[in-house]
Amino acid sequence: MSLSVDLLANAVVAGLLLGGFYVAVTIGVSISFGILDIVNIAHPAFIILGSYIAYLFNSSLGLDPILVSVIMLPVFYALGAIIYQIYYLSFERRGQEALRGLAFFFGLLFITEVGLILVFGVDYRYVEAAYIGPTLHFGLIDLPLRMLVPCLLSLLLFVVLELFLSKTFTGRAIMAVAQDQLALRLMAVGPTSIKRIAFGISIATAAVAGALLIVIQPVEPSVGREYIGRVFAICVLGGLGSLPGMVIAAMLLGVVESLTATFYGPSWAPAVSFGVLLLTLAVRPAGLMGR
Amino acid sequence: MVRSTTFAVVALLVGALVFAAARFIHNDYIFFAGYVVLQFVVLATAWNILGGYCGYVNFGSAAFFALGAYSTVALHKAFQLPVPVLILIGGLVSGIVGLGMGYLTLRLRGAFFAIATLALAVVLQTLVINWDYVGGSRGAYIIRPASIPVIGSYIQYLFLIMLALAVVAITTARAIERSRLGFGFATIRDDELAAEASGVPTLRLKLIATTISGALMGMAGAPFPYYIGYLEPASAFGLAYAVNSIAMPMIGGTTSWVGPLIGSVLLGTLQQIATVTISSAVNLLIVGVLLVGFVIIAPNGIVGLIQERWRTRQK
Repeated sequence: MSLSVDLLANAVVAGLLLGGFYVAVTIGVSISFGILDIVNIAHPAFIILGSYIAYLFNSSLGLDPILVSVIMLPVFYALGAIIYQIYYLSFERRGQEALRGLAFFFGLLFITEVGLILVFGVDYRYVEAAYIGPTLHFGLIDLPLRMLVPCLLSLLLFVVLELFLSKTFTGRAIMAVAQDQLALRLMAVGPTSIKRIAFGISIATAAVAGALLIVIQPVEPSVGREYIGRVFAICVLGGLGSLPGMVIAAMLLGVVESLTATFYGPSWAPAVSFGVLLLTLAVRPAGLMGR
Repeated sequence: MVRSTTFAVVALLVGALVFAAARFIHNDYIFFAGYVVLQFVVLATAWNILGGYCGYVNFGSAAFFALGAYSTVALHKAFQLPVPVLILIGGLVSGIVGLGMGYLTLRLRGAFFAIATLALAVVLQTLVINWDYVGGSRGAYIIRPASIPVIGSYIQYLFLIMLALAVVAITTARAIERSRLGFGFATIRDDELAAEASGVPTLRLKLIATTISGALMGMAGAPFPYYIGYLEPASAFGLAYAVNSIAMPMIGGTTSWVGPLIGSVLLGTLQQIATVTISSAVNLLIVGVLLVGFVIIAPNGIVGLIQERWRTRQK
């Protein structure tokens, strides 16, 4: 019996670590989809872009992938701001975001993925860093640093963003833009510029998530597709607009996926998120901590 | 306005002309390439019934297409059935899946449906990969018979079937456009809340649209294993289907049946040429760039551009 307790405990811990990492992957979508109501389905593609940039600097200059992602934050922020500006001018202002806005992001997803395939090919790429090999042992529990470091960094990212959104003026304005744009205008804040900042931040998180992803596993351009269902499942399960709810949902999904992979085989793991998504939409569309 | 029956007859005649012309050229390549273009005509028209008429985006065209293809593989291994029967079954399976998914997600905002369809493709692919009976991740071979009575070459037979399917899809789309159903769809697209308030049964209409659209996509996929000969998950669930079935109506124009037809014939032919002359990755990139370009610059597609010119000329 001790063997299966061992297995179960390790599966749960691995799931929690994985869930922690999912926080970084989802937090951008939580901001764009949950708060700004922009259905950015291209987000996972930007994450993969972040992975490849980390790979590029790691393999050529030997830089730490996570350090690269921090350096890339302003670039991704600018990319996000530009994309939002196009989105706003072409779709949001004309009230066409439902059909054409979605098609626009789908096109971006597609262009990014095919572009990466054309440049890098479909081979798996990986990075090298000191913390990728070793594993910590606590009694029965194994803590691979390869998972632990991304998990902790991603939770740090969550804490920073949560503090930003609840304590600073800009952060509160971002939360307000979803609730009452008129009130925001009365405070002399333009909703469009606030949304641009927020969308920039959401894309900037993709740089970090991408670097964490390539630390955890080798990456090829179409890996992003697996994350679309996952990211939105977490977002919906947590409750749109609630970052703490999202963290709980991410942990939950991580554990369920890890248990599924341990007891039924890893090839079934992608199906879990879809089940969770459909179940949430059918039973409680507001999510765990929804408004 | 031309009545639907008359339209169907005209469409059939056009179809017969296309087939006669293709036979006249007498080159099998025409049939192989033409089949793919016609397949896209069906997919684009099917997508547009939900996307263009109701305004609900389906990213899972590949999933519905693959459902049709894999029902054929599953049935092919068990019984020998003629292709038209397989098409009906493929359509039935995809239609039911569309209905079920629609029932779970269409009561909510449109974005949820779109996301669910995106995820559907990933999950169905997972299922197929884990399902050994239809070949799993290794794929399945379907031996295409060399010939068929009356028509002769089997690829001509498949081409003819796809042509008939395209005629059916376009006739259906056009009939819907001009019926009460179509007007109901349009109210959902323009203002769902107002439609609901005026007593339009929006959920039921959306479910009807999803079912018809899904069924047509499944029907387009059903003969595919015979065409390709070797079906593996990656080719059946290829992103090309998802992106093309969105890009073609968007580029052609989404408000009427003409748009998807123009878009699919144009883009389909372009891609057939680009695949031969450049590479298949580049031609997908072209489709993506065209899609983004058109939704930003010409939101009403080619049909919209033509209508605009028409109007300015009349002034």
